[in-house]
Formats: sequence, C-alpha cells, structure tokens
Amino acid sequence: MSEIRKISESRLRELYKRLLMVRRFEEKVDELFRKGKIYGTVHVSVGQEAVAVGVAEALRADDLVIATHRGHGHCLMRGADPRLMMAELLGKATGLCGGKGGSMHIVDAKRGMLGAMGIVGEGMPIAAGVGLALKMQKREQVCVCFFGDNASNGGPFHESLNVSALWKLPVVFVCENNLYGLSVPLKKTSAVEDIAVQAKAYDIPGIVVDGMDVLAVYDEARKAVRRARRGKGPSLLECKTYRFLGHSRGDPAYGPYRSKEELVAWKKRDPLLVINKDGRLSPEDVKEVEKEVSEMIEQAVRYAEKSPEPDAGTVLEDIYVQERCSPS
Amino acid sequence: MREIKYAEALREALAEEMRRDERVFVFGEDVELGYAFTVCKGLIDEFGPERVFDTPICEQTIVGVAVGSSMMGMRPVPEIQFCDLLPLCMDQICNQAAKLRYMSGGQVSFPLVVRSPAGRWGGFAAQHSQTLDAWFMNVPGLKVAVPATPYDAKGLLKAAIRDEDPVLFIERKLLYQIPGPVPEEEYIVSFGEARTHREGSDLTIVAIGRMVGIALEASEVLEREGVTATVLDPRTLIPLDKKAILESVTKTHRAVIVEEGPKTGGVGGEIAALIAEEVLDSLDAPIRRIAALDAPIPFNSALEDSVFPNAHRVVEVVRDLMSF
Repeated sequence: MSEIRKISESRLRELYKRLLMVRRFEEKVDELFRKGKIYGTVHVSVGQEAVAVGVAEALRADDLVIATHRGHGHCLMRGADPRLMMAELLGKATGLCGGKGGSMHIVDAKRGMLGAMGIVGEGMPIAAGVGLALKMQKREQVCVCFFGDNASNGGPFHESLNVSALWKLPVVFVCENNLYGLSVPLKKTSAVEDIAVQAKAYDIPGIVVDGMDVLAVYDEARKAVRRARRGKGPSLLECKTYRFLGHSRGDPAYGPYRSKEELVAWKKRDPLLVINKDGRLSPEDVKEVEKEVSEMIEQAVRYAEKSPEPDAGTVLEDIYVQERCSPS
Repeated sequence: MREIKYAEALREALAEEMRRDERVFVFGEDVELGYAFTVCKGLIDEFGPERVFDTPICEQTIVGVAVGSSMMGMRPVPEIQFCDLLPLCMDQICNQAAKLRYMSGGQVSFPLVVRSPAGRWGGFAAQHSQTLDAWFMNVPGLKVAVPATPYDAKGLLKAAIRDEDPVLFIERKLLYQIPGPVPEEEYIVSFGEARTHREGSDLTIVAIGRMVGIALEASEVLEREGVTATVLDPRTLIPLDKKAILESVTKTHRAVIVEEGPKTGGVGGEIAALIAEEVLDSLDAPIRRIAALDAPIPFNSALEDSVFPNAHRVVEVVRDLMSF
C-alpha cells in the first residue's frame, strides 16, 4: 500500500462524502434538466468525480482554478455553496452569477473558482496568465487548469504549455481524459493515446493517473502542486476517466457512439467503489454520508426553486465596470 | 507646445503609466527591441525584463495571458504586432475578456489593453495592411479606441491603461512617425468624447484614425471653394460619442463618414445608421460613406492607392453632396 492509502479514516470518509456530493449534485442537475426545470443545456461529470475531488485535496484554500464547460464538480470542490450553484443553474437572481452564466460558466471568484470556460481549450492561456500574475506578484499560490482530452488537439494547449514551461509558471494542467470529445472517440482525434506524453515536448513532467481513483489523483496532484509552488514550473497531469452519462442535454449514456459493454466495464471502476475497495468505510458510514449529502442537495434545490428570477434591469449590468459607455 | 511623434507619444504614455503603477507591464513579439514600430523601444532599459518582455509568436496565448493576469489584478498591455493578427486572438478578446465579467455576474474584471497597429503601411499587401476596427465594434463588453493624433494617442492610452475594462487600442502604422503637439504635463483623454478638429457650417465629416488628416486636407480645399466642414473624430468607437455626432449633424444638415477599412459592414455604416435613425429629418442630403474598396489590400502601389480613400475622393463626394 502506498503512503497515500494510509490517510486517516475520517479523511477517507470526507473524501467519500465529497465524491458523493458531486455525484448527487449532478444527478439532481440531470434530473432537473430532464424535467425541463433547467434551461439551455448541462454538461455533467457523473463518473469523473475523482478528478475534481482528488485535485482539490491537493490545493490550499487560496489556490485558484480555471475549469471547463463541465465544471460543476470543480466549483463545488472549491467550496462553493451548493444552494447558490443550484440557483445559478436554475437561472435565478440568487445564483452565483446572478443567472447570467449558467451551467457552462459557473464562477465563484471569492473561493478561487475563477472561471468555467465554455470554449474548449481557451481556459489554458488564461491559466498561464493567472500563473504569470502569481509569479510577478511573488505569491505562493498555484493555479490549476482543467481541460478535456480533445482540448489537447488545439493550439492553445501547446501555446500555453510552452509559455508556462518557458516562464516556469505555477500552473498545473489537469487533463480529464474521458475518451470522448462530444461523440468522437479520442482515437479518431488524437495521434497519441496518452496526452501526457506531449509534456515531453515542453520538457515538463507528464503523468498518467487512474482518474477513477481519488487517492491516486490526489497523490500525483500534490506532487505537481508542490513543484509549481516551489517555482519549478508546470506539470501535465492526465487523469483517465469516463463520463457515465451523455455529453450534454440529457443525451443517452450509450448508443450511437459507445457501447453498453464499455459503460458497464467502466462502472465497475466507479470512484465511489474504488475509494472503498479496502472496505475501510463501514456500510453505516456510507449510509450516514449518503443521508448528509442528500439533505444538502435537497436544501440546494429548495433554495434554488424558491429564489426569485433576476430583475429585468440587470440585463445591462456587469457589462462594464465603468458603465458609462453611451454618453447619449 | 513641443511636438513629438505619434509613436513617441505612445511610448511616453506607457512609460508614465508604468512609473505610476507597478502593475502595468508590456509584452509581445519583439517588444524588447521595439520592433516593428518602435513604440516599446527603450522601455526595457528603465523597467527591466520583468515588465517588458518578448513572447513566442502565439497571439492567442499572448492575449490569453493578459486575460488571466488582468483578472488577478495586473495591468497587462500586450502588443499584437499587426492588427491583421487580431483574428488569431479574437476568442480571447471577444469571448473571454469581453464576456467573462458579464457571465460571472460581475465577479471578475479584465483591465487589459491590447495595442495593435492597423491600416496602410505601403507594400505590405493583404495580410499586413488591413483595418479591422469594425469587426470589434460588434462586441459588447469591449472598448475600442482609435487615436488620430499624437495628443490623442498619449491621452487615450493613459486612459485605457487606467480603465477597469478590456480595451482594444488600434493604432495606425502611417501615423507613427507623424509629429504633433503634446503637452509635457500630465493629461488624460476620456473615452466616449469626440474631438472637433475644425468647425464649419455646411457639413459634418466624421473621420476615423488616419482619415482625420485626410478629412482636414479635403476641408481646406473645400473651404477655398466656399464650403466649410466640421471635422469630427469620435476617437473611441466603443463607447461612441453619439451625442457629439448627432448634435453636429443637426447643425450642419449633411454628413460624410470617412474610414480606412472596407465599406461593407464598416464603421461608417454604423454611424450612418445612427444618424438616419435619430436625426433623419434634419438632413438636407443623403449620408455618404467613404471607405476602402471592398478588396483585399493589393501589393502594387498604384493598385494600393486606388483602394484607400484620399482627400481628392472626399472633396468629390462633398461636392456632390452640396448639389442637393
């Protein structure tokens, strides 16, 4: 057993709880979307929770995160209030972004969740910029940038790894490799199987980790974070994971582009099972955690549903800091 | 008043703002040596390589780095060497810098200034001579400045750096070496305030960037013919000083708009529509737009000449307008 497996039972219970928080939150989001209570679209990360939770475990409270359009878990793991998040997803005035961002753009800047980017790969140059500011300001914080596997095929991935490595920026690039970019399998879009090998081109560490195992993710993330915090520069951490639901808009988990057998095989490696493969958490523990989390999610939904719609007048607010834009 | 060149005025603005605020820094391709248009030349001597530094050639990430660092409280002023390269970083300018504040409900802001030269340079052909101002007028959340004189270049750049919002600062290549009066003492030119270069009673010429000089040249010819023109420069396209434009047209009853970019979908179309929507009744003649031809900018100098507006074309259009 590696060192990391020896974490205390209370910590293990806490990690289990966090995995479950993301899981139940997103299952509820999916349910609300299907009921027509959430407008637009949603991208849930059911199945991928170990990445958000494991990386968050390696961070300090003042560290920073740039997330993807599938960013609910990253936001929750920064400590965002689930009630305010759910209100945002329902487009309510009380939502984190006042109903202007929604699922794809969930932000909680006070808690270091700087932005969820709706455009694939575009958070990466921004994370490099956050890293540059941290370095210039001589702060000891680290910025984590999450991105999906298909983002690695775009220019910003390479440009951002290059400048971050060149300038030794305190950034950790975390690839959530769930094997599909929308409906297209990675083998059809990427010339390499392991995205992490591309780190070699920028002379930085590239690590492949089991993204279904929260402790394994935590273990590698903390090394990368430590390296960044010591001024040694960025790392590329590739977490092999899988989404148990469809890409978005409630599309099916299997069918047109991936098989039921593949899904079933990955579900055997559900992060909620993997974390307790040694049976250190008792069935009673699990039951208790389930109850705590369910209550939290129900509260969030109640709060969000009771919250008011945004005032129409807010539509022209927050465009500029200095609002005086039209003198006429 | 002393006279300095447009490029020097910009350099003074950068240096003064860097002295005033240690969060301000400049970076981009060849900024350490001050290529290609000398604006950043020498800044590294005073401010050092931490605040003046070269980047790889990766425009998208140059602006992305500005987005991220501005969000963290820095005041980045990246240079994009030719505005023709702005399309490479359009996502970071238009989707990120201009939108993330709104989408976050005001939680984050982006006090960055992207500087970039536009327009004719002479024989640089279709990928290094464009004027893309109009592309960026269509982006709520962004501010766009286009200075026409050394005075405005300095005052507007200082205002842009102090602005809390993202600014696209579009300069003009052929203006860099043109001198003009610039006070030695500190001043700021506020965004959203047009400048009236001369007042006349027969028509209003709204001119952008390098076209201000051409409009002034044309108005001197016209004056000898007994036609007096008001020449108005909005100086910033977002925010646009609609009030100044409408008030002037209401007084003169005729309007011409001159810009260096192509006519279709151009800045002139927006200003013409504004005038038509608001003060149509006060017009004595149709609104006229003078712009570059809807062609890529050709290499050959005679062909290039024929694409861009010049004072002669302005005079001809105004003569026609005065016949109504």
